[in-house]
Amino acid sequence: MTKLIAKITAGFLLMIFACSCVHLKEYQKNRINDSEMALGNRKVEKNELNFQSYREGASGANAGKTGGGCGCN
Amino acid sequence: MKKVFLSVIGFTLICRMSAYSQVKTDSAGAKPKISLYAPDSSTMKSNYKDRSLHVDEINFVSSYYWQTGDHSAVTGGIGSEKVTDIANGLDIKLAWLNSSLNKNTLSIGLGFDHHTSASQAFVSATGASKTGGDRIYPSIDWTKENAKNGNTFGLGAYVSSEYNYQSLGGDLHFSLKTQDKMGEFGVKLQAYLDKVKLIYPSELIPGTTTTTSGGTTIITTASGTTTTLSDGEHGHRGNIPSSPRNTFSSSFSYSQIINSRLQIMFLADLVEQHGYLSLPFHRVYFSTGKDTVEKLPAQRFKLPIGFRANYFLGDNIILRSYYRYYMDNWGIKSNTANLEVVYKVSPFFSIAPFYRFYSQSAAKYFAPYEAHNINDAYYTSNYEYSKFNSNFFGVGFRIAPPAGVFGMQGLHDLEIRYGHYAQNTDLVSNVVSLSLGFK
Repeated sequence: MTKLIAKITAGFLLMIFACSCVHLKEYQKNRINDSEMALGNRKVEKNELNFQSYREGASGANAGKTGGGCGCN
Repeated sequence: MKKVFLSVIGFTLICRMSAYSQVKTDSAGAKPKISLYAPDSSTMKSNYKDRSLHVDEINFVSSYYWQTGDHSAVTGGIGSEKVTDIANGLDIKLAWLNSSLNKNTLSIGLGFDHHTSASQAFVSATGASKTGGDRIYPSIDWTKENAKNGNTFGLGAYVSSEYNYQSLGGDLHFSLKTQDKMGEFGVKLQAYLDKVKLIYPSELIPGTTTTTSGGTTIITTASGTTTTLSDGEHGHRGNIPSSPRNTFSSSFSYSQIINSRLQIMFLADLVEQHGYLSLPFHRVYFSTGKDTVEKLPAQRFKLPIGFRANYFLGDNIILRSYYRYYMDNWGIKSNTANLEVVYKVSPFFSIAPFYRFYSQSAAKYFAPYEAHNINDAYYTSNYEYSKFNSNFFGVGFRIAPPAGVFGMQGLHDLEIRYGHYAQNTDLVSNVVSLSLGFK
């Protein structure tokens, strides 16, 4: 499963770099500027990210917290 | 009377002329024609920006989380993991422009959680400990954005307080945009200085009463609280001792617009933790049947690397994807993959089903109930460090009409999201969240 995910990710990255970046004018950014296109977590996800970091061994690289707070229970 | 009329007309003309004294000249160097009528409003307003302090945005997020399972770390990897948690957070963003028209944003946040935990009762061997607790966590962040190039710089502070755990954090962050503003590099340096209260299982620290030669009596309860009695009359109650746990992290990100439909982001964190990284009330049962509390190394390095890609497919569908690889020096390696498909029913209403897959290998120090060898240097039966995989799926709804949600002008955004989470360790949980955005 891990190998499959790694292969899919590698293929996706290759696909992205194969196509060169295009310079967009402001009026061409209507889709990119859509609020659903924001490259971050949704505000409503905040507490989901907290419980995942407490129940799982891994955390970080998701613009969330990397420390602080107990989550002991 | 004529003089009065002439004076009024003259005064009006002077006022009109002075109103144009600072009007920009056009390319030919000519000022707009003077008129006795109202000046051209478009010329007057063109460069005006409200610099005053104002409320930019208010966000409120509330979640209810409930969980079941049978591998509680408090009882050594067996026993109920039943937990409920209500989490509420309010974030107020204030904004103003300085003299250089750079935007300053001050975010003031306040969070409050209340939880109940079945296993918490068994900190006491008899199951008599209280099962509920509260956490309060205020935060503040100041960010300044350069009006010319869009670069930002900011500072933040954070406090979290609950009965057995105190956390004090601070961060410094900045971001730099590329010259064409299609890419952005971000850095965040964080430090958390935490204190873990050393509350041990009651059977492992029996209460003691000691009388010193000077007549002072020291009573230590099962949880470690000390009461000092001098001359048999005056009592002084001491605090339960704490141990430090510090976390330092550096977070790096780079985002890039690839074309009008695709943007991507790379993320990487370097995290170092040191201090007391165990929890004192997590029991471990050795293969001999003897019990103790978990013992983990005093240092941990974490390296998570992430990647995001958001793609606008057609006119109504947005694909939001995320992948993370994680490794640390305790032996955990993990993969996380997340996909959310946003379907825009209308420009102001969307439905977003999502799926997240997570898998991890076990930490070197994990073994289940009564599986640890008594000669092990480090040991834990906390299933957070076991080998497992999990599935998390659900759906979110977002509504953001221009006239305000339910016709309320101030409420510009409403999101509701439900998720179901299941590990193959038998831990199952559900979470429902509500987010309200006001402007």
